[in-house]
Amino acid sequence: MNRGEPLSIEKSVPGRRALTFPSPSAPAASWLPGVALRDAPPRLPELSELDVVRHYTRLSQLNFCLDTHFYPLGSCTMKYNPRALEEFARQDGFAAAHPAAPDTAVQGTLAALHGLEQLLCQLTGLAAFTLQPAAGAHGELTGILIAAAYHRARKDRRRTEIVVPDTAHGTNPASAALGGFAVKTVATQPNGRLDVAALRAALGPQTALVMLTVPNTLGLFETQIREIAVAVHEAGALLYMDGANFNALLGLARPADFGVDILHLNLHKTFATPHGGGGPGAGPVGVTATLEPFLPLPRVVRRKGRYALQTKGARSIGRVKSFAGNVAVALKAYAYLRRHDAAALRRVAENAILNANYLRVKLRDLFPPAVDEPCLHECVLRTEPERLNGVKTLDVAKRLLDHGFYAPTIYFPLNVPEALMIEPTETETPATLDAFVAALRAIHEEARTAPEQVKSAPHNLPVRRLDELNAARNPNVAWPAQPPQ
Amino acid sequence: MYSPHTAAEQQAMLRDIGVGSLADLLAQIPAELQASVAAWPPALTEPELLAHGRELAAQNQRLLCFAGGGAQEHHIPAAVSALIQRGEFLTAYTPYQAEASQGTLQAMYEFQSSICALYGMAAANASLYDGATALAEAANAAARITGRRVILLPETVHPEWRATLRTLFAARGEPQLVTLPCLTGRMEPEAVAAQLDDSVAALVVPSPNYFGLLEDGAALAALAKAHGALVIAVADPISLGLLAPPGAWGADFAVGEGQGLGNPLNYGGPYLGLFACRQEYLRHVPGRLCGMTTDAAGRRGFVLTLQAREQHIRRERAASNICSNQALCALAATIHLALLGPVGLREVAELNVDRAHRLAAMIAAIPGFRRRFDGAFFNEFVVECPMSATRLVKAMSKKGILAGVPLGKLYRGMDNSLLVCATGKRTADDLERYTAALRAVAS
Amino acid sequence: MYPEANCRFAPSHEWVFVTGDVATVGISNHAQKEISDIVFIELPKVGAKVTQGKPCAVIESVKAAADFFAPVSGEVSEVNAAIVDNPALVNQEPHGAGWFFKIKMTQPAEADSLLSWADYQASCG
Repeated sequence: MNRGEPLSIEKSVPGRRALTFPSPSAPAASWLPGVALRDAPPRLPELSELDVVRHYTRLSQLNFCLDTHFYPLGSCTMKYNPRALEEFARQDGFAAAHPAAPDTAVQGTLAALHGLEQLLCQLTGLAAFTLQPAAGAHGELTGILIAAAYHRARKDRRRTEIVVPDTAHGTNPASAALGGFAVKTVATQPNGRLDVAALRAALGPQTALVMLTVPNTLGLFETQIREIAVAVHEAGALLYMDGANFNALLGLARPADFGVDILHLNLHKTFATPHGGGGPGAGPVGVTATLEPFLPLPRVVRRKGRYALQTKGARSIGRVKSFAGNVAVALKAYAYLRRHDAAALRRVAENAILNANYLRVKLRDLFPPAVDEPCLHECVLRTEPERLNGVKTLDVAKRLLDHGFYAPTIYFPLNVPEALMIEPTETETPATLDAFVAALRAIHEEARTAPEQVKSAPHNLPVRRLDELNAARNPNVAWPAQPPQ
Repeated sequence: MYSPHTAAEQQAMLRDIGVGSLADLLAQIPAELQASVAAWPPALTEPELLAHGRELAAQNQRLLCFAGGGAQEHHIPAAVSALIQRGEFLTAYTPYQAEASQGTLQAMYEFQSSICALYGMAAANASLYDGATALAEAANAAARITGRRVILLPETVHPEWRATLRTLFAARGEPQLVTLPCLTGRMEPEAVAAQLDDSVAALVVPSPNYFGLLEDGAALAALAKAHGALVIAVADPISLGLLAPPGAWGADFAVGEGQGLGNPLNYGGPYLGLFACRQEYLRHVPGRLCGMTTDAAGRRGFVLTLQAREQHIRRERAASNICSNQALCALAATIHLALLGPVGLREVAELNVDRAHRLAAMIAAIPGFRRRFDGAFFNEFVVECPMSATRLVKAMSKKGILAGVPLGKLYRGMDNSLLVCATGKRTADDLERYTAALRAVAS
Repeated sequence: MYPEANCRFAPSHEWVFVTGDVATVGISNHAQKEISDIVFIELPKVGAKVTQGKPCAVIESVKAAADFFAPVSGEVSEVNAAIVDNPALVNQEPHGAGWFFKIKMTQPAEADSLLSWADYQASCG
């Protein structure tokens, strides 16, 4: 097993080259008189091509990845990334398209983007989408800006607050604050469902938007969602849905039917585009017809059988990033959806829900669920340190790595102590789930009989538990500008 | 079809769960809200999907690319494409469980280090969505650090970046953007000095700017500092293989668009926002940051660090809501830079300068065409054409050439102006073909 | 330097040590144990105005960021740069070298309304 790799710069040999280039017709200094040039080269590694290939291949071997490991990460929807999506999006015709090319020269890309927008509208029941946001949090901010523009257009200057449940993912209040709103947190019931009375009490003429995750971060459907939507609308506010958990609703239910006005989806979650170690993803935002004029531009429109980029719109909020969005990611999501018909979409959600409940039931005697109810696509269980010689969720997570499983999401949602949020997704077999159950049960037993093994895990990985305190107190984020003497 | 369950497996699992059917598990969704999708196209098999993909891609016209404007076509080494398609990188998750993610984390550290080296800075993050986002974050940081409200933004910063900043900042009403006109295509020191007062948090200095022109960064930085303002440099990373880096001429923050390093054009995304700064501003760096540390056995390792700045902890008091980076795009850039090395990067930069300057001279020799704006440039320049630049681009595309970015919709009075880019990927034959086509279209 | 017996305490675990109209402030031993290893402290600037009960500083650990609420109102007259360079001081000597900053009080009576050391200890249980 690869135990660790020197840095690329540590393998550098002065004078070593990988790529060489034709000589220019004249030295740069002659084209650039008087321009300040570098007086010293940047400290980058000097390696051969084989050095580079070997280095990054060996680095890759230090990683867990979905191709090799089960990732039951709650709220992340780590489902299989079909390779057909990669092949679809990598084609030279798509990859070589310049964003400033005339519309007539990029009809294929525009058709796919338009197609994706139509399919997302079908899935959600909403009227229109923007594909511009590059991530879920980016989508949230975009949705918040749309809500702000809507209230401004109504000349209602009192809408200064956004309401968020205490179980919300941290991006929700962060995005709200960045959107210029004050954040009001409302309490949820122990099952994570909104306390509707508390919500009503929090609503008022100052409420611009209420942000909910449906299903919620405990994996439960907000059964009173229509009542909630009515209350929100009666207060003159809009209802935003964080679509991180849309895998539970795919082909089963349409958020527009619940009364949702704005939502974002995560293409790198529900729509199987790869995580890439942290990105790129995409967070398209869908809206009702009333809000369509406020969508960011550009958008793809279809006129007389041809596709075009619409760049003008008097009420648009503008743009939230350069160019049209993470187009290659959108192409992959389009390809994913074209592989499914309505029944297949339903099966995605159904099997995701089946798998999550199976794990809940197989583990609940040792890791009590936060809520004693069937869940949808994810379940939240708890470690009980007081029964396990002080072994905590963090320790269980690290020991799971030794068993060859990526750990579930831990310490979220915040209202469940020692939380383990488990989302298996629909692409895992019962055999994989059984192996995961066996591993957790073994760790539970080990916690009772040999807790120190669990508390000091992981043992079988390229590194032992890492010193995060030192990393934060003495940050070292880059190799030095000069080589060590 | 990616769901593996057989009917028998489903039945067995339902029995174990203790329910009669899948419908029982869906009961918490009110019946009246359960609805299938309406008009949905039939499912495509994999071969049908790929055939459909080929048809669509064929509807894109493959044009010889002379357009830049924040997206440039450079050669992507085959090794880059091969390495980023490895499943261990492609399908890895965000490295929160550091011990299981040392490959991704070490690559992040090498990325951060490479960006620091290029920009002459001590700190860089693991990337942001694109250059526009990086600039917005730098402006936010400068406002927070100085406690001042105004950002001086020359109109030679990419128009789409400026539009993005306007949208993002309109929400909170701050920072306040003051646009600096640049009629000569570059910043005018007297005009800049006139706007500098103690309300200014930062002066943005793009070099090369949107028109490809280079600025005297050191002189502008000195002006800013005299008024207590910070300096945010905007620079193309490949140009920094040759040009003095922002850290050397007095910038506090440096941002850029990293797409040109190992990432295809992809019609605008995913791209790569680069963000770097001086050591003293480390705690103001947004987004993900990888740090080197040791493990329990004293071995070197890497972790995400300074996470208490981030949204999942600070929630509504986070400085930024960004919680992702463009990891795979950053990996492509890191590998590309490792293949280039400092000498190769300089050679590429010199080649870019050479191609662009030769093309500029060839175009200026065609009657009716002249360069607009004087001054040194990197690999892009503005041409004043004897006709509408938009019409010219259409006519050139019929000849299989993307002639450049027409500037009429982006800048007043520039309907006949065309932003032309020639990277190292353009050969001498390509330049000949361009100028021959241009002559034909203009006659 | 700032013994507990001579301090007053806010229920949010900040302490105050009064000399004339200047209050030196910090966090209690109970608080530093709860927060555990501190990695960074964001202090207010000298000259900043603080209001009793409002957050005016941030204490970061690896996984959390905790607010520091001003125990009394006034103007920040001095900050302890040592804890910015070495945040561990706050864990090691919360009532000594780990002091946060000094406030020139605008309403000295506010200090009297805080808990005594005995009452604070009792409230921590």
